[in-house]
Amino acid sequence: MSGFFKSSIGRKVAMALSAFFLMFFLLQHFAINMLSVFNPDLFNEISHFMGTNPLVQFALQPVLIFGVVFHFIMGFVLEIKNSKSRQVSYAKNNGSANSTWMSRNMIWSGLAILAFIILHFIDFWIPEINTKYIVGDMSGKLDPELATSGFRYYEELTHKFINPIRVAAYVIAFVLLGLHLAHGFTSAFQSMGGTVGRKKTMQIIGKAYSVIIPLGFIIIALYHHLNH
Amino acid sequence: MNLTLKIWRQKDSNTKGQMVDYKVTEISEHMSFLEMMDVLNEQLVNSGEEPVAFDHDCREGICGMCSMYINGEAHGPDRGVTTCQLHMRMFKDGDTITIEPFRAAAFPVIKDLVVNRSAFDRIQHAGGYISVNTSGNTQDANATPISKHAADEAMDAATCIGCGACVASCKNSSAMLFVGAKVSQYALLPQGQVEATDRVKNMVAQMDLEGFGNCTNTGACEVECPKGISLDNIARMNRELIKATLS
Repeated sequence: MSGFFKSSIGRKVAMALSAFFLMFFLLQHFAINMLSVFNPDLFNEISHFMGTNPLVQFALQPVLIFGVVFHFIMGFVLEIKNSKSRQVSYAKNNGSANSTWMSRNMIWSGLAILAFIILHFIDFWIPEINTKYIVGDMSGKLDPELATSGFRYYEELTHKFINPIRVAAYVIAFVLLGLHLAHGFTSAFQSMGGTVGRKKTMQIIGKAYSVIIPLGFIIIALYHHLNH
Repeated sequence: MNLTLKIWRQKDSNTKGQMVDYKVTEISEHMSFLEMMDVLNEQLVNSGEEPVAFDHDCREGICGMCSMYINGEAHGPDRGVTTCQLHMRMFKDGDTITIEPFRAAAFPVIKDLVVNRSAFDRIQHAGGYISVNTSGNTQDANATPISKHAADEAMDAATCIGCGACVASCKNSSAMLFVGAKVSQYALLPQGQVEATDRVKNMVAQMDLEGFGNCTNTGACEVECPKGISLDNIARMNRELIKATLS
């Protein structure tokens, strides 16, 4: 099996498996964030559950971090390897005649997404870890000293979307994520051999996913920004 | 038509090459691209210059020998044709045409526009065949029932002429459309099942050894392939290797 993952196809499969995991994570992240628009109380409840449940925190969260890091490192490794497979470039190359911009620029959209994830880590994940595991406040309350205090999650989320620069960065990042997914979704299934005889269907599902999910995240950000 | 040609000239595999400009005049739109190259070479020979070396054989779009990266595309701007079947009517009077060899680390330039594609032969030798005892007891191939659908798909895969346009077009110089087609043409047929596991493992291992890049599913190979080999063949090869690894 280790020999398989050293092969070119094995590496594609590894990229696809990490992509499936990340796309599933994105789907559940989207569903939870969407609750902040329709039902803030339920959003608070679920956020508290996700933020304090030991299984989510100590089993799924490390797997997610590994999945993100693995997908990026593998993406860079493959990009470097692929660049070595053509040592002399073409004087004239008409790439747009046979392939989409998204498919040829996955590394650039990926780098933009990586920059956003780093920002998201600094913005959300590090303060969250600090509050819960350094300060030791696992209550999830706005005021942990006050028994009647409500949860802090919805307040924190809406507060994040006051700054128009952050909202603009968020929108740009999700447009690039949409472009990345527009190729990546079908590509992952292709790498797993799952598109034989159903490529058109997978392309339609991929296009729908790559539009609906990023657009949904953008709508959430704009909704909270405009409603503040 | 009067044309300006920008052509890659390289003396041999050890010498650095460069783009050189040439003018050709009175080119008929009914000529094939290779006939236009013949006109240029006659011109060069008559003026005492070294003619441009390029690969060609059948000139009927069957042998897979001709190559050339023309105006940024393998086999030029037309679809479903090799360079020998590309006609000058695809160009306009006064055009500048850029002509380069198929570029890939695994396809080193031998001279000018001629590249060494023997990496494909070595991949074929690694498993692109079925072993049949020919001692006189060979079973008639038609005695094994095969569905029309499987036979058609296998035949479609088998139409690959191994020209290397897939490698030349791929931004990663990946050979997976070629190898995928060769794996598929056997994987789809009962005769190919016996050696299916070793075949896909050995052919993929040889492909990696030759230094081809990884496929990132851009689909450029499928668009530029003169025989219209489908990306489904790459997906099938991926599936075959996963199956072979798990079995």
